[in-house]
Amino acid sequence: MIPGIGAFTQDTLWCFSQVKGTMETGTTEADIISTVEFNHTGELLATGDKGGRVVIFQREQESKNQVHRRGEYNVYSTFQSHEPEFDYLKSLEIEEKINKIRWLPQQNAAYFLLSTNDKTVKLWKVSERDKRPEGYNLKDEEGRLRDPATITTLRVPVLRPMDLMVEATPRRVFANAHTYHINSISVNSDYETYMSADDLRINLWNFEITNQSFNIVDIKPANMEELTEVITAAEFHPHHCNTFVYSSSKGTIRLCDMRASALCDRHTKFFEEPEDPSNRSFFSEIISSISDVKFSHSGRYIMTRDYLTVKVWDLNMENRPIETYQVHDYLRSKLCSLYENDCIFDKFECVWNGSDSVIMTGSYNNFFRMFDRNTKRDVTLEASRENSKPRAILKPRKVCVGGKRRKDEISVDSLDFSKKILHTAWHPSENIIAVAATNNLYIFQDKVN
Amino acid sequence: MSAEVPEAASAEEQKEMEDKVTSPEKAEEAKLKARYPHLGQKPGGSDFLRKRLQKGQKYFDSGDYNMAKAKMKNKQLPTAAPDKTEVTGDHIPTPQDLPQRKPSLVTSKLAG
Repeated sequence: MIPGIGAFTQDTLWCFSQVKGTMETGTTEADIISTVEFNHTGELLATGDKGGRVVIFQREQESKNQVHRRGEYNVYSTFQSHEPEFDYLKSLEIEEKINKIRWLPQQNAAYFLLSTNDKTVKLWKVSERDKRPEGYNLKDEEGRLRDPATITTLRVPVLRPMDLMVEATPRRVFANAHTYHINSISVNSDYETYMSADDLRINLWNFEITNQSFNIVDIKPANMEELTEVITAAEFHPHHCNTFVYSSSKGTIRLCDMRASALCDRHTKFFEEPEDPSNRSFFSEIISSISDVKFSHSGRYIMTRDYLTVKVWDLNMENRPIETYQVHDYLRSKLCSLYENDCIFDKFECVWNGSDSVIMTGSYNNFFRMFDRNTKRDVTLEASRENSKPRAILKPRKVCVGGKRRKDEISVDSLDFSKKILHTAWHPSENIIAVAATNNLYIFQDKVN
Repeated sequence: MSAEVPEAASAEEQKEMEDKVTSPEKAEEAKLKARYPHLGQKPGGSDFLRKRLQKGQKYFDSGDYNMAKAKMKNKQLPTAAPDKTEVTGDHIPTPQDLPQRKPSLVTSKLAG
């Protein structure tokens, strides 16, 4: 449902719920959020940042006293996932920035997630401890060894309750399998394997095996001078464990079937929208580069994000998308400056809501956009501290393209291009969204009547 | 004969002007080419992509350095803070010259 201001519309009204992070104006680079992901139930929300840290928030149980307020997200666990490294052999600095976090479905009391930087994927186990053994024979209460000569009786240690402690431990480290920079990881629906994709290759891993992985896609040309495109994102099909897609810097998507061959260099399906050659410009290829690809929950569609649009493709139709949504077409007349300040290379992500009826993606000036696929209506909202009163309804924003600017509109030239919303997440079943605005995490919910 | 040439030229100019009017993208392209006349025709292509693949590289050989220097003349790349302390160019860097990369010892402010 799309937000609107009218009291009598059926549209969703989005309200501010929480904001995490500091209000200080000078941002430490390490605090920049680089990925946001809900787990499969929406109970947990994980963020990764440029400093290699992961913070996990947990939704508190809704209390009977506050029926009108949905559960809030509070810090559950935080840990240092990756550290900066230097590859002396290649003179390569390896950033600790967390590129992606993907949750595994919960199979026991512990939570598992994959986090990756440019080179190494790690499997983390997050578990709770609320009991501890007390009454050891050989150790005293502080853990110091007792002098055996003073021990005259024998007792059985008992488990006693303690304050909840949440521990995160690295269970697997999947390293040294990527020459280029990892841009995506995706857990397979078989829950036994996952894939990691870099600019030129995609590898398939088994969760239990860290010293081997299968290479399933390799687009590196024999002669690097012939390089024309790179892999930009990849994802497994949500239900078919043999199927995955990957997108390219040339705006194409390939669907591959692992049953067809061990090395999926030959795609099963190839999605590309035909381009009018007379419209081609210097910028065409750059802005067609796909920065994110996501399967719908149903598995019937894929959504792609390029610099100016979001497109929905039907898996059964390769020759063009079934829907195209303009995110910020007014930037078309700013491409020259956006190329000069490198913003044209910004990688925006896109997400589906739980029912696949609405899609969301970010823009500049801390704006983010939602498109309702059924009503064809769209809205622009802003993540800002000014709209941060609890349960304050977000007012739709509008960018003025030219001519007379209305009171509430903002002109294209006033947009702040340093405030980019690249990462957003949508709760798997409810209208709760998490929006990362540089170093702040905003959580918005729909209005509960 | 001589009367035909000016006509042909103006027809082309007209098409170019039309392009600029109908396509903001082409107008932006013209702006870019005016600022950087030596910019290559293909923005994609192997040079561009290979540079992308080499992100994070601190040192390069002399051939790569000269190519980068030539490109720098055309396009002023925005330098992020780490680049300013980058040790490259005339002298051979030593491990002491490398800017220290410390892991984040501070807890994330999101958890505060």
